[in-house]
Amino acid sequence: MPRTVAPWEVKRELLVKAEDKTSSKYGCSPEARQADDYLQHGVVNLDKPSGPSSHEVAAWVKRILKLQAVGHGGTLEA
Amino acid sequence: MTGVLPVTLGDATKVVQALLYSGKEYACVMKLHADVSDACVRRVLEEFEDLVYQRPPLRASVKHQLRTRRIYYLDFLEMDGRNVLFRVGCEGGTYIRKLCYDVGEVLGCGAHMQELRRTRAGPFIEDDSVTLHDVAYWFGEWEGSNDETFLRRFVQPMENALALVPKIYIRDSAVDAICYGARLTAPGVLRIESGLVKGSMVAILTLKGEAVALGRTVMDVEEIMTIEHGVVATTERVLMSRGTYLRCWKSGEKRND
Repeated sequence: MPRTVAPWEVKRELLVKAEDKTSSKYGCSPEARQADDYLQHGVVNLDKPSGPSSHEVAAWVKRILKLQAVGHGGTLEA
Repeated sequence: MTGVLPVTLGDATKVVQALLYSGKEYACVMKLHADVSDACVRRVLEEFEDLVYQRPPLRASVKHQLRTRRIYYLDFLEMDGRNVLFRVGCEGGTYIRKLCYDVGEVLGCGAHMQELRRTRAGPFIEDDSVTLHDVAYWFGEWEGSNDETFLRRFVQPMENALALVPKIYIRDSAVDAICYGARLTAPGVLRIESGLVKGSMVAILTLKGEAVALGRTVMDVEEIMTIEHGVVATTERVLMSRGTYLRCWKSGEKRND
């Protein structure tokens, strides 16, 4: 039985159903976001140190960056 | 425990859902409680690939119920005395500590997890992770200079968290309605990734690549490609603020005039 493919091993094609343009009057490509906007819609790929919990580490990031809210993607607990 | 921990900032926290169920990869040192041949260890590790049954530990804030989790791969790396180093790719929510315990049970001698390092969380890998020191340093550099490139040294756009979620790109005119929770209909679809089946989680994006919402398809991709009308996906989690794109829809009241 072939083993299950991991999500990062899946290859997908982009199929085109229709064509259209996007207006430059509104919206902003993610890489082009500026300053606060970029930060408020950002993710930090953090290398967590041992010791503190994932929650504590996220709270430290929040404090350093002076943010109102942070979250984390999956607890790394002992 | 150390390793890759994606920290979502501000409004980006809404994408966390896409990460919690995405795959993870770890490098683990398991300590055996007796001497075992490495051929034996390799053989047993192989048996754990694919489905495993686990009950979360009492202290985890999760229901203490038996559940299945998928092990995508379990690669024996090396063995030194009773220490076994292996790499494991698995579904989110898999307890590696329990995996080590169970391997020990099958081997007969018992084993425990000695050390664990997460090398991948969804699309985020070790290679481009940053430390808390890096975060503090580059943030300081950015505050001091207002040079955007410093921010980009340690923060990625939240859309990167959706890299492994199949995507649907929509017209500008379809965006705002979705921000109000409307379902996605066929005319709004421009591009869609292959392999999607009914019930798949999808990331709905603008042509500029901005995340609009997380949704779920109500039909297979082949059907979505052919139909002219009808709902193709429901909206499960809105990611974009209302009013970012032009309102191109009327409320029920106006429509009935």
